[in-house]
Amino acid sequence: MAIDKDLLMLMLRRMWTIRHFEETVIDIYAKGEFGGAAHPYIGEEAVAVGACVAMQDTDYIAGNHRSHGHPLAKGGDPKRAMAELLGRVDGYCKGKGGSMHLADFSIGILGESGILGSSLPVATGAALASKIKGEDFISAVFFGDGASNQGACHESMNLASVWKLPIIFICENNQYAVTTSYRDTVAVEHVSDRASAYNMPGVLVDGQDVVAMYEAVSVAIERARAGDGPSLVEGLTYRYEEHSLGLGRIRRGEYRPEEEVEMWRQRDPIVIHEKRLVEQGVASQEECDAVKDEVRKEIDEALEFARNSPFPEPEALFDDMFADPIPQP
Amino acid sequence: MPETVFVNAINEALHEEMQRDESVFIMGEDIKRSIYGATMGLLEEFGEKRVLDTPLSENAFFGAAVGAAAVGMRPIVETLTSFMWVAMDQLVSQAAKMRYMFGGQVNLPVVYRATMYYGGGSAAHHSDRSYPMFMNMPGLKIVAPSNPADMKGLMKTAVRDNDVVIMFEDGTLFGSRGEVPANEDLPNGELLIPFGVANTLREGTDVTVVAIAGSVPHAMAAAEELEADGISVEVIDPRTLVPLDKATILASVEKTGRLVIADPAHKVCSAASEIASIVAEEGFWSLQAPIVKVASEQVHIPYSPVLEKLVYPTKEKIAAAVKRTLE
Repeated sequence: MAIDKDLLMLMLRRMWTIRHFEETVIDIYAKGEFGGAAHPYIGEEAVAVGACVAMQDTDYIAGNHRSHGHPLAKGGDPKRAMAELLGRVDGYCKGKGGSMHLADFSIGILGESGILGSSLPVATGAALASKIKGEDFISAVFFGDGASNQGACHESMNLASVWKLPIIFICENNQYAVTTSYRDTVAVEHVSDRASAYNMPGVLVDGQDVVAMYEAVSVAIERARAGDGPSLVEGLTYRYEEHSLGLGRIRRGEYRPEEEVEMWRQRDPIVIHEKRLVEQGVASQEECDAVKDEVRKEIDEALEFARNSPFPEPEALFDDMFADPIPQP
Repeated sequence: MPETVFVNAINEALHEEMQRDESVFIMGEDIKRSIYGATMGLLEEFGEKRVLDTPLSENAFFGAAVGAAAVGMRPIVETLTSFMWVAMDQLVSQAAKMRYMFGGQVNLPVVYRATMYYGGGSAAHHSDRSYPMFMNMPGLKIVAPSNPADMKGLMKTAVRDNDVVIMFEDGTLFGSRGEVPANEDLPNGELLIPFGVANTLREGTDVTVVAIAGSVPHAMAAAEELEADGISVEVIDPRTLVPLDKATILASVEKTGRLVIADPAHKVCSAASEIASIVAEEGFWSLQAPIVKVASEQVHIPYSPVLEKLVYPTKEKIAAAVKRTLE
């Protein structure tokens, strides 16, 4: 698959956007600038970016608790995402959603979900709407190896297959549900093996390779748009950080060895992509560095924007409960 | 005015709303063949794209309704209350919470039609009257009609509402008849009943009875019987529980000074409990006697008809409660 330079550079830019965003999040969380949970996507950037750059703005995605990477991969605004994390009015959800509930319906981001497996039925419904309306858009849903064991996952895959819905199920298999290895909880060798039970293609992809993810998801999208139904794409990947910020009790050594983390760090998705761009003469190292620096600046500005955005007024508490409002009881 | 059977009123509303708006579609189990009667003729009129039989996967299709609504459709889901438990994650985590959680970015015009079959020997797994549990969850509008006209008018309003609505359809009323105005006799050519407006079914001066869904006919029968004893009972059907027309209830209690609430749900944290607490908080000085709740006993629905009939509100229990407030 020939991929033009603009798209390859966009992949690099979006991966850096996520990486810098998450590094900033870790930094400001440690400083106490916001609380609750936040689940860094560092190490997994190629999965969301490869998938999302294969989509149009009119296509829909839904995500999960590890929730910053998907919207940023689809072109979400880091300013509004950061403001949401800080609970400010300029956040995507006006401070009502926080880290786990970023959404931007204007560019097809149906929202992230703090309940695992819970967004699969929702994304399936978006695909159903496409089919009923006879439109061209597809939907995609990101979920982890852990959520692949949810009933909602199996129900959604079966439903999407019997109705031939235009949806891509994207399993970002980072190999651990908090501290539990998928090898102890998934009955098949790979999550993608489950596709056969739903009569859909299932492909296992190197989730550290953004181009490989792009290509696999592109094939699935083509199939979906053609009316041939859903696909399951599994990106095998790894999270470098612990499950969530604010979960200091989890000690890495207890569930995954240091050497394993180090081994995956050696397969860093940004390094792999950048190296390929330079070696294949697509871009110079200087061009790649410039992307990184531009994004760094953009994320610094996003943080500045978020910090300067006001907190919601108390009067906003009841806003947005209903489209057709009713009196408070 | 023509008489219509309750379940046919649902059917009329569905036909009219699907004719009116192409974005309305319906899905559920065995709805093409309409085994419960409410979806009769929809497949023939609207075709397979808008009338979908689902797998037995409530969690998936309850959630798919949310996703379809989020991108511009107006889904109706047919189910039974007893099957809602396996879809609770989608109802609570997505349907109820999504709009607020995402800062109002999206409207979710979904109607969940949940039929409550009880009172017919279906035992514990198939006799749920679960609306109070959903009243406790912000973000859902809850409707519980008691007669065919309200059923039709509220169903049509539900389909047009831009939020998630759960229609609790009382199965004990499915075969009941009532007058439903013909469209040509209505000023706007159709029957639409707004949410949050209670219906005073019978005016009275001594005791207010607020009755919900299938309790309404029992309350009306009790009121009639009590009239012979010289007791004047006002019967109010809230029709929608969220939003609740508390003004009508409070005004009635101000007039009568006495309140009985008949509710087919289990009595702990029931709709009756909520109405009682509102009146205790906001209408206390009107009360001349303690409020009496006549709700289902706090026990699972037993199979044996001898036991089952002991559970629910009846005409006799309501009449006795009214008399208690007058002692």
